[in-house]
Amino acid sequence: MIFVLRRLAAAVPVLLVVALVAFLILRLTPGDPAAVIAGNMATSEDIARIRAQLGLERPLPAQFLDWLGGVLRGDLGESFFAREKVSTLIAQRLEPTLMLATCTIVLAVAVAVPLGTLAAWRMGGWLDRGLSLVSVLGFSVPVFVLAYALIWLLAVKLQWLPVQGYRRLSEGLGPFARHLVLPTITLAFVYVALIARVTRAAVSEALTEDYVRTARAKGLSETRVLLRHALAASAVPIVTVIGVGIALLIGGVVVTETVYAIPGLGSLTVEAVLNRDFPVIQGVILVFSVAYVVVNLLVDLSYLALDPRIRY
Amino acid sequence: MTLRRDLLRAALVSTALAAAPVAATAQQAQPAGTSAAASPAPAGTLRLVPHAALSVLDPIWTTAYISRNHGYMIYDTLFGMDANGVFKPQMVDKWTTSADKKTWTFTLREGLEFHDGKPVTGEDVIASLKRWSARDAMGQKLASFVERWEAPDARTFRIVLREPYGLVIDTLGKPSSNVPFIMPKRVAETDPSKQIEDTTGSGPYVFQRDQFRSGERAVYTRFARYKPRAEPPSGTAGGKQVFVERVEWVFLRDPQTQFNALVAGEVDMVEQPAFEQYASLKAQPGVEVINAVPLGYQYMLRFNHLHPPFDNPKVRQAAMVALGQEGFLKAQVGTPGLYKYCRSMFPCGTPLASDNTGFYTGMADPARAKQLLQEAGYKGEPVVIMQPTDLASISKLPIVATQQLRQAGFTVDLQSMNWGTLVARRAKKDAPKDGGWNVFLTAWTSADLLNPLTNPAFTATGEKAWFGWVNDPELEKLRDAFARATDERQKKALAEKVQQRAVEIGTHANIGEYMQPAAIRKGVVSGIVPAAAQVYWNIRKQ
Repeated sequence: MIFVLRRLAAAVPVLLVVALVAFLILRLTPGDPAAVIAGNMATSEDIARIRAQLGLERPLPAQFLDWLGGVLRGDLGESFFAREKVSTLIAQRLEPTLMLATCTIVLAVAVAVPLGTLAAWRMGGWLDRGLSLVSVLGFSVPVFVLAYALIWLLAVKLQWLPVQGYRRLSEGLGPFARHLVLPTITLAFVYVALIARVTRAAVSEALTEDYVRTARAKGLSETRVLLRHALAASAVPIVTVIGVGIALLIGGVVVTETVYAIPGLGSLTVEAVLNRDFPVIQGVILVFSVAYVVVNLLVDLSYLALDPRIRY
Repeated sequence: MTLRRDLLRAALVSTALAAAPVAATAQQAQPAGTSAAASPAPAGTLRLVPHAALSVLDPIWTTAYISRNHGYMIYDTLFGMDANGVFKPQMVDKWTTSADKKTWTFTLREGLEFHDGKPVTGEDVIASLKRWSARDAMGQKLASFVERWEAPDARTFRIVLREPYGLVIDTLGKPSSNVPFIMPKRVAETDPSKQIEDTTGSGPYVFQRDQFRSGERAVYTRFARYKPRAEPPSGTAGGKQVFVERVEWVFLRDPQTQFNALVAGEVDMVEQPAFEQYASLKAQPGVEVINAVPLGYQYMLRFNHLHPPFDNPKVRQAAMVALGQEGFLKAQVGTPGLYKYCRSMFPCGTPLASDNTGFYTGMADPARAKQLLQEAGYKGEPVVIMQPTDLASISKLPIVATQQLRQAGFTVDLQSMNWGTLVARRAKKDAPKDGGWNVFLTAWTSADLLNPLTNPAFTATGEKAWFGWVNDPELEKLRDAFARATDERQKKALAEKVQQRAVEIGTHANIGEYMQPAAIRKGVVSGIVPAAAQVYWNIRKQ
């Protein structure tokens, strides 16, 4: 408990630094939301007037402290463009991203861990070589290429699945699932490659350990040796890479949501960045940072359960 | 922990590598979310992909075309511009002008009402015009002639001018940003510098605010009590009949996703497909390409008059002689039939268009340009050209400009950036070496360039003028004379003089015109009304 509290306390300065850096980068790099809002017809005077309305003419420290004060009160500010609360925009977009991320990680783990384990068990065999191929493809084929290929085949040619869009779970399990199949496969591919390789490496190393030899000598079945000894002993690196994968999903969803037109946080981010919608970008970065901190904390806590030698 | 850091690093690199081309692809879409569409739309629902994401709901507060198109859905206008460029009454039933041409009295059609059931009155009109004229350049010009606005009774409004103004009807019927849409008085009384909160209009569709997702989806339903004019629809004039119960705008950023969704029947129409997709779209049996905005668009190259070398008119002339439209159009649009050569600064085919453009032919003549440049005393100052790499519809233009200017002897510094950066930077009056600029290129819907008052590139009021800050009292005098002219022939002659003066001093160069037709589901969607802006009345869906 003390460890958790300590970690949470340590997250506060991290988040503060993230908030400050995000704020400064947005303000100090070129680009002006007022100029985007004003449109093609505007004059410099129009832009100056909009800047003043948005409060962008005020000194940076004052702007930052105002925003930070709002964040501490749970108010992430208001979008320059949509004139809606950033928290409302994020809440609207949270479900698609969470669902896509969850389905992706579940699919990736469900496929990659058995695949990696079997490849380690039959190292050098066809499954192992097949995994190497999948890994190379997973790391080298850009997400959008895979996405377009899947869309062309499964949505346009065979018309089994929709090309794009998202249906909320509240609209029914069928439409929800149909809309998530392609994005999930697309996004999961690279994580299958990543997690399977780490699983293979960890399990193959464990299979050379003395305790595995002893287990086999005791006459335990290969399944039991593989699952209860080798795989269990490899859990820490596997969970670690899954944790990293979850964190990296944050980047992955941006691309996948764009190609599949999923109205999630990724597409919200793209839109906000192109428009220089500072409050939205800052809000999303902060939410992603909190998610990152929480995932890391959960991974660290899982070590306690997976490896009795670890104590914090 | 070390393991995690290593993994993180490796994965970051691989993900970044994998994502980089995607980001580039995603950025090729026009600046402006995503969609919630997927299954085929029901027959009573028209589902379309707009050219940009709708975020700002106030078409007076912004000049963004997507907000203008939203305005056409939910608001009505006093006048409309028909397919021949003639202004026709829309909400207005009849009007009279006093003998001294200073008092204009308009009567509204009977039975007009807002979506909340309240009647449209002269007071609503006056409040709307006042707010609009505080923002729009042409509105400001009209307002500068207005002595008072009056609403003598519920169906009448009156504009009393200090002196005759030749563009009263043209101004009230202005088809593009900012369009003088009519709002309820309580909404129109919003400070013009602030966005409206209430989207009540009196147009053919009702905006469904509760279903709106900024940057993603906008939903409109038929306004059952809308009273269309009896005339057939023509441009933004005529009867605005509605034959679908619901229109959904679903924004798909990725052009390939737009294409796939149309082919799969998940959307009924893509407003502006990417240029490179027309050949594939035309080859699809279930897709039809249709030009819904026949006036088209114009590309423009703009000079910054404040800094060398383009503070020298002779250097600007040399640059204009170096520019050839064919190069720009072939590189940027590519598909034959979608672009056309046009030397007039007013869009070709419109009433004020004229080939009388003096030395500017739109045909590249590098040898002559070189000679002019030498005569101008050009000292090799670098020309900073800004290139918006994320805006696919214009991103190639700066590359062509760079090549053509270099061939004429200019030293060119082509600087890549995104559109958001470009629009911020072009507002800076600093020298190019201090973050300013010399040249940017942009595109206009031709409806914005119809006369010397609507085209912002003709403003010549120095520091208060449009980016580039042209300062030329003579040009301003001509524009003012145009505003006062009440005779059509006189207007045409003055517009030509404005054009000649603009070419002479090098305000900007028209570097070609193009079309960006919509793609629709063949046999499913029909009745699209060609207009100066994309409009969605009269459309039927099988």
